[in-house]
Amino acid sequence: MRSIDGTVLDLKRLDLLATGDSIIHRLDARAKVVTTLFFIIMVVSYNRYALAELTPFLFFPVITLALSNLPISYILKKIATILPLALFVGLFNPLFDREIQVILGPVAISGGWISLVSIMGRSALTVGSAIILIATTGFISVCHALNRLGMPRVFTIQLLFLYRYIFVLTEEAARTTRARELRACGKKGLGFSSFGPLIGHLLIRTWARAERIHMAMVVRGFSGEFHSRQINRFGCNEYLYVIGWSLVFIILRTEDVTGILGAAFTGLFS
Amino acid sequence: MHMADALLSPAVGITMWGVTAGTIAYCSTKIKKDLDDRKIPLMGVLGAFIFAAQMINFTIPATGSSGHIGGGLLLAILLGPHAAFLTIASVLVIQALFFADGGILALGCNIFNMGIFPAFIAYPLIYKKIIGHQPSPTRLSIASIIGVIVALQLGAFSVVLETVASGISALPFTTFVILMQPIHLAIGFVEGLVTATVVSFVYTARPEIPQSAMETRPLGNISVRNIVLAFLTLTFLTGGVLSWYASENPDGLEWSIAKVTGAGEVTGTEQSLHHVLAAIQGKTAFLANYSFPSKQGEKAATEVATAGKEGQDTSGRLGTSVSGGVGSLLTLTMVVLIGFFLRRKKSCKGAEG
Repeated sequence: MRSIDGTVLDLKRLDLLATGDSIIHRLDARAKVVTTLFFIIMVVSYNRYALAELTPFLFFPVITLALSNLPISYILKKIATILPLALFVGLFNPLFDREIQVILGPVAISGGWISLVSIMGRSALTVGSAIILIATTGFISVCHALNRLGMPRVFTIQLLFLYRYIFVLTEEAARTTRARELRACGKKGLGFSSFGPLIGHLLIRTWARAERIHMAMVVRGFSGEFHSRQINRFGCNEYLYVIGWSLVFIILRTEDVTGILGAAFTGLFS
Repeated sequence: MHMADALLSPAVGITMWGVTAGTIAYCSTKIKKDLDDRKIPLMGVLGAFIFAAQMINFTIPATGSSGHIGGGLLLAILLGPHAAFLTIASVLVIQALFFADGGILALGCNIFNMGIFPAFIAYPLIYKKIIGHQPSPTRLSIASIIGVIVALQLGAFSVVLETVASGISALPFTTFVILMQPIHLAIGFVEGLVTATVVSFVYTARPEIPQSAMETRPLGNISVRNIVLAFLTLTFLTGGVLSWYASENPDGLEWSIAKVTGAGEVTGTEQSLHHVLAAIQGKTAFLANYSFPSKQGEKAATEVATAGKEGQDTSGRLGTSVSGGVGSLLTLTMVVLIGFFLRRKKSCKGAEG
């Protein structure tokens, strides 16, 4: 379990990355959301033994990453943090699926191991594309994009509220836990009996805060909608981005590009 | 309990997105129609609260591990089902986008598993029934614990169903159920206990909050029968769609049957089903190459043939896997080179500018 402060810092860092300026950052959020979703659907549409076929899909995150000037080591680290989880969920495959699929000299590889590696690959691709989306777009823009793509208004406003107050409340939670840990003298007092009232107090403070926020907003003319000044246009670049990548994904999905490439390459030497 | 994209098939993921999007739209109109706009900031701030509260741990006695609050049922008790569902959904959206807790395609599944059950099953059908009109501390505790346990059990079970229907994990259905349900029974008990203490704290400090959630809820007018009926319909609909697609990816059991029977009748039905599916997919365009069963048929066939001409057969398979491997290596090299090239070009440009 990581510390609360660490989590807040991580959130802030991702949020700050989205304020950068690059070709990718400048694209309309809708284009990036739609393309990322299509990418994920294409990646997961392969059967469980797909491995070689998945490699060309690396082009999308790598090119986006290169064009958007994001810190590569940071993004890789974020992807690496979820790989143990993917390993855990895939670990059952070698146990239950022992049928031999590939024989490389003396080594026989069962289907389970192939699908385990495939699951890890899928995880890295899907999680990576999601992180890149948020790091190049920012949560607020993603919300507005989803709203314009048909997400209900109430849900959007609520998401924006949630996002704004996550920073406030996680910091409050961090202060509260620090105070509790300092007073706990080792382990006593971190148990259940102090936990209920602690959370309860935080909840009631939160509630009172929400009421104050609402009053302040009503005074300033809040009528259930946020009005944003942002002008986004779905122009040529956006169409190019969405259609271009979609075509690439469709070609990769329907043609065995790696197979053809490999066959051509080995053909050269035989 | 957050599902990842890597274990989902597009059919399951998209179906659950549809179901969840429908529920979000329904709850949004419901809230817009019969609530003051006061509730919207409240929902947002409480969502942030759940997010923050989940990071505060307590030590579970005798086990040495630590637990935290779940939040689904707690939100339903504080806000009522519709607002609670939207709040849970938005917490899950943030978790998926920022912390890779559950994937983007899996969001539909995750919102369904962790939102629908506490808000629309556990809260109205269990919590409210047990608590009655005069809540006492004992009733409150029992209602919270049972409510959370039921919600988690249902959620865990639908995780199993969605995973097995996707066919990426090789885990058989029964083993998966045996793994998931008892663990979530224990988690549910602890989470229920925490929920109970927090709720009873709120009841003593601000009794009007849960009371108003219970009274003003429009769901109070709808009978239990209607909810159950709606759910049954939903289950049959999704179950129908899911099983239709699930049969495309045979599970471990069918597999071993195909092996044992020498790929006779089982493959036969697989094949015919595959033809139907292929025809449909041919019409619905881009997933046309999604042809696992035919490979399965081939594989079963080679399985039979293996006895006779093993060497020849493996060399053939080796051939395809070698070209696949070489191809991926080439692709990887290209990916890295292009990445470096673009990066280089950009930094050069940056230096000039």
